[in-house]
Amino acid sequence: MSARQVAWRRRKDSAGRTWKEFRRHRTGVLGMVVLVVFALVAILAPLLVDSEGLSRTKATGLPLESPSSSYWLGTDEYGRSVLTLLIYGARVSLLVGLFATLISMVLGTLIGIASGFWRGWVGAALFRLTEWFLVIPFLPLALVLATLLGGSLFTIGFVIGVTSWPGTALLIRSQTLSIIGRPYMERARVLGAGDWHQMTRHILPNVMPMVFANTTLTVAGAILSETTLSFLGFGDPTRVSWGTMLDSAFTNGALTLGAWWFLFPPGICVVAVVLSFTLVGQSLEEIFNPRLRQRR
Amino acid sequence: MNASAEDAPLPLLQIIDLNVSYPTASGPLPAVRGVSLTVRSGESVGIAGESGCGKSTIASTVLRLQPKGAKVTGSVLVNGQDTQTMPWGQLRAVRWGDAAMVFQGALHSLNPVQRIGDQIAEPIRLHDESVGRNAAARRVAQLLEQVGLPPSRATAYPHQLSGGQKQRVMIAMALACRPQLIIADEPTTALDVMVQAQVLGVLTDLVHDLGLGLLLISHDLSVLGTTCDRVLVMYAGKVVEQGPAVSLFDHPLHPYGGALAAAFPRVGDPRARFAPVGLPGDPPDPQALPSGCPFHPRCALATEECRATDPPLEPIGTDREVACLHADEQRDMKLLLARSRLEAAQSAGGAAMAP
Amino acid sequence: MTHRIDVTAFEPELASSTAPRDVSTPGRSASWRWFGRKVAGSAGTLCFIVVVNFFLFRVINKHPERTLARGRAKTPEQVQAVIDKYGLADPLPKQFLVYLKNIVTLDFGDSYQYSQPVRGLMLDRLWPTVALVGTSTVFSIIIGIWIGTIAAWNRGRTFDGLSTTSTITLYSMPEWWLGLILFLFLATGFGPIPRLFPIGQLKTAGVDAWSLHGMVDQTWHLVLPVVTLTLAYLAEYSLIMRSALLDEMGEDYLQTARAKGLSDLLVRRRHATRNALLPVVTLVSLNLGFIVSGAITVETVFSIPGLGLLTTDALRIPDIPVLQGTFFVFSASVVVANLVSNLLYGWLDPRVRV
Repeated sequence: MSARQVAWRRRKDSAGRTWKEFRRHRTGVLGMVVLVVFALVAILAPLLVDSEGLSRTKATGLPLESPSSSYWLGTDEYGRSVLTLLIYGARVSLLVGLFATLISMVLGTLIGIASGFWRGWVGAALFRLTEWFLVIPFLPLALVLATLLGGSLFTIGFVIGVTSWPGTALLIRSQTLSIIGRPYMERARVLGAGDWHQMTRHILPNVMPMVFANTTLTVAGAILSETTLSFLGFGDPTRVSWGTMLDSAFTNGALTLGAWWFLFPPGICVVAVVLSFTLVGQSLEEIFNPRLRQRR
Repeated sequence: MNASAEDAPLPLLQIIDLNVSYPTASGPLPAVRGVSLTVRSGESVGIAGESGCGKSTIASTVLRLQPKGAKVTGSVLVNGQDTQTMPWGQLRAVRWGDAAMVFQGALHSLNPVQRIGDQIAEPIRLHDESVGRNAAARRVAQLLEQVGLPPSRATAYPHQLSGGQKQRVMIAMALACRPQLIIADEPTTALDVMVQAQVLGVLTDLVHDLGLGLLLISHDLSVLGTTCDRVLVMYAGKVVEQGPAVSLFDHPLHPYGGALAAAFPRVGDPRARFAPVGLPGDPPDPQALPSGCPFHPRCALATEECRATDPPLEPIGTDREVACLHADEQRDMKLLLARSRLEAAQSAGGAAMAP
Repeated sequence: MTHRIDVTAFEPELASSTAPRDVSTPGRSASWRWFGRKVAGSAGTLCFIVVVNFFLFRVINKHPERTLARGRAKTPEQVQAVIDKYGLADPLPKQFLVYLKNIVTLDFGDSYQYSQPVRGLMLDRLWPTVALVGTSTVFSIIIGIWIGTIAAWNRGRTFDGLSTTSTITLYSMPEWWLGLILFLFLATGFGPIPRLFPIGQLKTAGVDAWSLHGMVDQTWHLVLPVVTLTLAYLAEYSLIMRSALLDEMGEDYLQTARAKGLSDLLVRRRHATRNALLPVVTLVSLNLGFIVSGAITVETVFSIPGLGLLTTDALRIPDIPVLQGTFFVFSASVVVANLVSNLLYGWLDPRVRV
């Protein structure tokens, strides 16, 4: 077997072991099940409900009707079925969350490894930058950026990604620092491994498990952030997400009308998805960070 | 120590047939099996053995500090009172007041964010509420001097002290309420050899000057050999050998005792010339003990009989006890082990070694 | 939105080190130097925020003359007039210096909506935000730490399971949605529940804010928002405290304390809980931005006339000077709060003062 095949076999084995370990965390498994359900609903949306239901002009219901046999979750201000909106909203909320997480993880991992690896002024500067961005409160910065860049789903995803990387970067940096000190890294350097080789072939694979656990928690935060930004009016007016539903509800007086069917479901979905990601992420953290294991 | 039974004072510590087992997911784990020992005033007793042999468990039972859920049978008498069954209020008074423990100070046995002076003063003011701040501070200074530390160190935090200094703080803290018995659990592990000697010196001086009883736990037989009057060797939860420290270290009778003693060779001892030392195999799993004598799988003297019978601890000679079916007072255990090592090395086709 | 960050994962020095160091007591000078470093660090962060503020509003904003003119400058001459008035054609360094001069006096210009100085507007709205955030933070810290402590001491039992489930659920909830639900049930009247609380704003019209009746009235208006924020904040504190205390409970020095004759209660209170509070201070300070986000969104839901509502109202136009001002104020407050909690941590844990 070539060296690469050996490495891959080892990774497959450790992935198998991780999965077995994960199965023993009941909360994590529960979270995963819920996420799979939501993912399926989002993907199979056209099969579950008619996409015509999203059209504002062709809406057949009365505005803000309470739930009935024909509209299980009532209607919105245009008369559209809230259930339809909820199901299609899952797509947008999940996608934007994942997109934002992708940006955040890529940025965070790159900067984290770089600031841990290069100990000179480059590393120090990157570390300072990370600390600064960590301190700036998320929402004010995100609101300003979203205002200046215009509100759209892409903007929201971009803004969230660009403001949430510091947490990941710090975590990856500390992992990198601990890996650098290990004997096999010194051996690699002595054998002539260049910076790039060390970072991609040694540090990155060892950092990936923590990145993976952190990603799950980041998605949770990203979905919450997207919901908040959409609620504050930055959502795409042509698309439905759970956040934009709540924005519509709030601005169209659902509160005073007591339209609970419009206010409850989107929020409950957000809570369910975020909670599930959090549970899965915490279980993964426990698996990959042995220090946390004794604390169950 | 040789006084007749009628006028012998009450021993400070009497452990009678102690059995401790921990409940685990795979059944009870016997940590201590039928151990008895006595410590009298002015006497130092050592317990030697590898990790997991049960010696720390014994130490924890004296002040009833064993983990919750551990099953304990037998008696642990401190000044004649069984700490395992006494009411909580009395136990609190016994803790530190009659007997105190010296833990491994070099690690995290001290509160890292409290000044050491306050930590030493804490039991003083706890046991006697009438002691004011100034009186406590004076006592703390006195204690620090006793262990050879400047009284000004009372305002230091643990992280500002070296390992040896922290250990001495632990000793000072143990003496705070004037106990008669000190139990020291691995006090010199994790310390450099020179510092080890210093700390042991402090401990022995104090025990001698104050007439205390000392129960010293260590895996290092040489430490016990120099500090204690009597030593017990433990293996797999039982005592396998007992006797005066020097003769036990010099002239062990149990094969395991011999291996422990040989693990700390003395310069100039010809029997120690053949390295490597150490026993083949590992200590047994307490939940899967070997049949008969627990040591037989690793023993150079083992026979069929050893596999079948668990030898009891029996007196041999004037002041020794051994738990071995082949115990022989005349045998030079260390020489025997050295010889068997040499044979093993030669039969393995190793390089020629000059005898 | 940042979730809890396990700081000991990236500051391994914070986990106790056993390096034997025979140093004499570090004395005052080392502590003062540490203090100076922390203050300097925060000052640096503030400078960074000042620069970012400028960068965002002058550089990213590609056509500042359009936003500054609020779309009223149609002809090229009008646009030029705007450019001249605000010095937008000046070289960037000069603009930056002018900006610096203004920031020192917190001069962000005039609001588009209200045609008043931003500084004055922010000052007017300061009190409601401080009252809301301050009260919620205090309550949530006390209650959260209390819940976390009891959960840790009863690990595995009913209280632990219930409290951990509820706090994790609260933690996964957008705090403003919780506010919406509370509003729905308790303020607008839902089914059999009557209208228990006012439908937003800080006071009922026509009531003098400074009279006793006015005070009671304001308090009544603040109940729901404070409850919302308290619930939202306490989730994090409770979870962090529980995990910090569980970590602490395995430490050896607690064994020493027990051996000295301390009762379980004293061991808990005097040693374990007190020491577990240390990482809580750090971890919480890393997530202070969350407090600000909560203020902004909850004020919007309940129409509390504070800085948060000012910000969200300003988003509509967009009222750039107001946004710039509130961004700076929020960021600067978090920096200061961060500094305070770092200093607090240093005071509580002498090990970090090297």
